[in-house]
Amino acid sequence: MDWRRFGFIALIISVLFGVVVLIGHVQISPVIIITSMLSTTIAVATPLTLGALCGLYCERAGVVNIGIEGMMLAAAFFGWLASIYMNTVFGMAPMPSLIGGVAFAILTGGLLGLLHSVLSVTFKVDQIIGGTVINILAIGITGFLNRQLFFEKGSIFGGNVPHAPGVLPRIQIPYLADMPVVGRIFDQQPITWAAILLVLITHYVLFYTRWGLRTRAVGEHPRAADTVGINVIRMRYANVILGGMLAGLGGAYFTLESVPSFEPLMTNGRGFISLAAMIFGNWTPFGAWSAALVFGAAQALQINLQFFRELIPPQWAFLQISYVVGLAPYLLTMIILTGIIGKNIPPAADGQPYEK
Amino acid sequence: MQNSEERTSPQTKSILRFMRLTLNALGVPLLAVLTAMLVGGVVIALAGGDPFRAYLGLFQGAFGSPKALSETAVWASPYIFAGLAVAFAFKGGLFNIGAEGQLAFGAVMAALIGYALPGWLHIDLPAFIHIPLAIGFGALAGALWAAIPGALKAYTGGHEVINTIMMNYIALNLTSFLLNGPMRDPNPLNVVARTPLIAESARIPPLFEGFRVHWGFVLALLVAGLVWWLLWKTTLGFEIRTVGANPDAAKYAGINVKRTIVLTMAISGLLAGLAGTIEVTALNHRHELGFSIGYGFDAIAIALLGKTHPLGVVLAALLFAAMRNGATRMQFLTQIPVDIISVIQALILLFVAADAIIRYIYRIRARDERVVLTRGWGG
Repeated sequence: MDWRRFGFIALIISVLFGVVVLIGHVQISPVIIITSMLSTTIAVATPLTLGALCGLYCERAGVVNIGIEGMMLAAAFFGWLASIYMNTVFGMAPMPSLIGGVAFAILTGGLLGLLHSVLSVTFKVDQIIGGTVINILAIGITGFLNRQLFFEKGSIFGGNVPHAPGVLPRIQIPYLADMPVVGRIFDQQPITWAAILLVLITHYVLFYTRWGLRTRAVGEHPRAADTVGINVIRMRYANVILGGMLAGLGGAYFTLESVPSFEPLMTNGRGFISLAAMIFGNWTPFGAWSAALVFGAAQALQINLQFFRELIPPQWAFLQISYVVGLAPYLLTMIILTGIIGKNIPPAADGQPYEK
Repeated sequence: MQNSEERTSPQTKSILRFMRLTLNALGVPLLAVLTAMLVGGVVIALAGGDPFRAYLGLFQGAFGSPKALSETAVWASPYIFAGLAVAFAFKGGLFNIGAEGQLAFGAVMAALIGYALPGWLHIDLPAFIHIPLAIGFGALAGALWAAIPGALKAYTGGHEVINTIMMNYIALNLTSFLLNGPMRDPNPLNVVARTPLIAESARIPPLFEGFRVHWGFVLALLVAGLVWWLLWKTTLGFEIRTVGANPDAAKYAGINVKRTIVLTMAISGLLAGLAGTIEVTALNHRHELGFSIGYGFDAIAIALLGKTHPLGVVLAALLFAAMRNGATRMQFLTQIPVDIISVIQALILLFVAADAIIRYIYRIRARDERVVLTRGWGG
């Protein structure tokens, strides 16, 4: 990561925040608006951060993973399903069922990671096709089971969605969360905290441990890694499965932390955007996280503008149309991919199957 | 083994060789479909359904009557176009995941030409001008929508996989805006996001009285032939395939690689745009929000199952159309949700993409040739 990227990120985030402040300052103090935007940004960036970390582990080991979207979607569904089963069928308390749901989401992600590594490492399938298979499979199986289990008359839940056990509770950081206005920022839900922690852990693991060195070696020059005795196949399997588990945790965000319900296709391209975040972060954890925050800010803009709808001046009327504001993250992704803000250099062996 | 081959006449040998090649080309996709249906049957059974009755219903719904056959052809028309779009891009070494957005944009444009020319501008055109005009503009809109990621790929290196997906979401947002706003059907009874009906003069007529199958199906078959001709019988086709096989070699051979990439994406988008155009002008006579969702991924599966060859694409499109069409009857008979078809399709794609699995299960010898479909971010 270089200063140009961080500068660009800071610029975009200030512009996005600035728009809301400009519109809302007549009613609410700017400090409160910025705090609220920042708090939302950090929360909605969570699945993007985790998805980007998933991509990071996979690609640093030399496996392109465009199946993150599908991994998240499947994990969101199965995690939610597991929590409902535990809560309704087995009669467990809401809190343990939610934690069990998160565990199941991580497991789902890990299993899909295993599928991806079987396809791309063992069978040497074109990795982008392999990822597409995972995406299509996830859409099909979640759509099918969602209807089969909840909306068919003869189904287990008798044709109606049972009451979900709610969402994960907020966790306040002691002292920091007690501060008057900005305390809100330090009052987030557990997966959000976990994502931030995982960014730090990933940075340490990738650049300061033997595991990280081996992972990077396998992604840059597998043959050299093989000659010094690193098991290329095993490293790739382990990293893709680990990445899948992270994407699974990101999927849990959708149905167990953000809202207590599932909708078909609810990940809405977040998996792909997180890939773009990883690329813009130049395959580094902190870079990926800050890029995820940019996308989070674009989404926070959309959410926060809803509160100030009637305050938007007439010459800015287009901002009232959520479809137009909603374009921001996608356009941003395309601009970033052009490389005008700095060249993106992937690991050298990214996307190439290893032939012994 | 070797002796028996030596004894046979050269003619028999060439016939045998032809048969072996055909079997090899058809074998893996067919076995992939079969295996996917088997696994799908297990999924149905696990979900509490009867797989035999489900597949019987599927077959009846797809082929059981003249009406069923007509409906299968109706489903197949956009599938052929969209499958051709993805297959065409593959030939040029590009992965177009954006067929969905290009299709939606083509549909919006065709609908606009269809209703706005007579409705807003009061230009009444005879059918033989109005229909080609609507089709042409729909196709152009698709081409334009795909040329953008094509140009980004050629001139900045932005990867087309992510860019076409982003263009899908942008198209979805823009069409939502158009269909909820300026292009919304003003009929007071209308509660959904859709355009008004297109004029009679812009509608492609049905093939037979009383059936929904239309001339668009014939057009799809013709275009499939045209794509084959373009790819294998013209200089442009040769350039596209060369860039797809090896861009560096193409560059040294004097081919303008960047221009070819943009052109490949534009033609691919044109085909996808035709898919949307046909649905509007021949079938629905309007564009409705949400009809395009899912076509993009289906198109990828069709292109891969058809081994990116136009004839293969037509066959794969017919199979997928039969499944989608039959699924309604299957759901009626067995209460298995139609979504199971998506699962089976994903499994087909899985087994086609990972043909090593199929070869392993059925002990088919692998051939050396490997088709390069896509490259990593670096390419």
